[in-house]
Amino acid sequence: MDTARYPDCKVDQRALETSRPSSPYIDVPADQPLQLECAQQLAPFRIAYQTYGELNAARTNAILVCHALTGDQYVASEHPVTRKPGWWATMVGPGKPIDTERFFVICPNILGGCMGSTGPASLNPRTGRAWGLEFPLITIGDMVDAQVRLLDHLGIEQLFCLTGGSMGGMQVLQWASRYPERVFSAVPIATAARHSSQNIAFHEVGRQAVMADPDWCQGRYHEFGKTPRNGLAVARMAAHITYLSEEALHRKFGRSLQDLAAKSFSFNADFQVESYLRHQGSTFVDRFDANSYLYITRAMDYFDLAAEHGDVLANAFVGTKTRFCVVSFTSDWLYPTRESREIVQALNAVAANVSFVEIESDKGHDTFLLDEPELFATIRGFLNAAATRNGLRPAAGRR
Amino acid sequence: MLAPALTGATRVDHLLIAEMVARGSRVLDVGCGDGALLQLLADTKNVDGRGIEIARERVNACVARGLSVIQGDADRDLADYPDDAFDHAILSLTIQATRQPKTVLRQLLRIGRRAIVSFPNYGHWQVRARLLFTGRMPVTENLPDAWYVSPNAHLCTIKDFADLCRAIDARVERAVAFNIRGQRLGTWLPLTVHNLMGEKAVFMLTRKRRG
Repeated sequence: MDTARYPDCKVDQRALETSRPSSPYIDVPADQPLQLECAQQLAPFRIAYQTYGELNAARTNAILVCHALTGDQYVASEHPVTRKPGWWATMVGPGKPIDTERFFVICPNILGGCMGSTGPASLNPRTGRAWGLEFPLITIGDMVDAQVRLLDHLGIEQLFCLTGGSMGGMQVLQWASRYPERVFSAVPIATAARHSSQNIAFHEVGRQAVMADPDWCQGRYHEFGKTPRNGLAVARMAAHITYLSEEALHRKFGRSLQDLAAKSFSFNADFQVESYLRHQGSTFVDRFDANSYLYITRAMDYFDLAAEHGDVLANAFVGTKTRFCVVSFTSDWLYPTRESREIVQALNAVAANVSFVEIESDKGHDTFLLDEPELFATIRGFLNAAATRNGLRPAAGRR
Repeated sequence: MLAPALTGATRVDHLLIAEMVARGSRVLDVGCGDGALLQLLADTKNVDGRGIEIARERVNACVARGLSVIQGDADRDLADYPDDAFDHAILSLTIQATRQPKTVLRQLLRIGRRAIVSFPNYGHWQVRARLLFTGRMPVTENLPDAWYVSPNAHLCTIKDFADLCRAIDARVERAVAFNIRGQRLGTWLPLTVHNLMGEKAVFMLTRKRRG
């Protein structure tokens, strides 16, 4: 690591999390390879995960939370690198909508991630170096199959609920389609059954930013002790804009200047919005691996659930007994309501049990991570009803 | 669908619909509003119930109370469901607010083995009297909105509805009209009396043949 150049950066610690995660993990041995969609096999591999609450004796109260592109297993506990609270601590925890006093919550770091699960930053056992671009192209389906190994390890036959937003929602859909008997209920939030052309386009901008950084070194930056900070930061800045809405940006920043009385007539970050984005970019680099970013965005681009089923999305859910609750947000232009409605239509076409809620918010795609009372009420109500159907004991007095 | 606001407790038409629905059956309530009927059917008949509601805040309220409801539009979204997906497809005080009542009714009979439809009767004597004596669009307890804000685009009388059922080859299994006090009118009374005295009506329909 080039710690001399960035004396106070946390790259070391992030790299440490890749090889020795703070969370529990399972190591799947070499004789149980994961068959990937790209036709390669992956073994051995590791899945790092975090759990909250207790599994009941019947093993029927497990909720799997699937994280989004840059998320990780620290859904409701402090992030070991940033020391920030869990990314969904508003939703998951004691007395929260996903109540850890009632449910056993599991959140795995996805395959391809960089917080302990095997990904391009992990060591390739065959070469003794980081995988880099030799890591196979993984898909959302591969991530799900890897999570299945974790559930088998934990001895959980059926998930009471499966939830996630954005790319987490893609995993939810893939799970429910591929392993319907293992999913009692599913809550895909702010997601789509396929990645739109516009979304692929934004991802490509991000990837090109990373690859254009000379420190990327054709993906072999680990070997040279470098890291493409600038490229990854730009990728994050561009992506971050897509997670917000014009209205939210305007409300938060308007055209306000950052600590300045007047324009500086330079390319410094005069505007607050610039300063904010630069901060988002630079802090992201401290906690994320650039190659992971490339691989995971690619997996999202490849996701098209209908294409796996003769271009008819409904075929992905034929005969499903899973109870679904699809959630979208009015100002989410990255995964607009229209795309959630397509999922609902497909589920209706197979007469599945589905609820669909569009929540009014002007905060864009990121609304699913924010303090949004209507979202909380929806999840709480849906889980309570599903728990009653599943014979789980009622929620403790708290509401 | 925006069903007209109705007063208090459990609606008499809901109680009748609950009578008509078989225990444990699969039910779709189109225009389910705040979910009162679905809740009643879940509580008293243990149905596997689903709802469609056009108003977002009502959908969210339904889901928050644990009902399976989607935000959708009867005119557009019924086409998504397969044939015979439900034992009962219910349209409760909603048909008059659809853009295409005939198409909606056909869809209802396609996706439900039985369709249950309730609607305000525009042939009721109060409605007739208001129009006749005031010369203005009737505003009653059952039809509380002024013409320019009313969601009701296709109001009909009991006789009109019976004609529509004939036109689309639906068999009327049961038809009940309620008077202004919420009492059921005797089935022995002629249709003309139902049409005059009934404030709202509930029809249970089946298909005469497939297709």
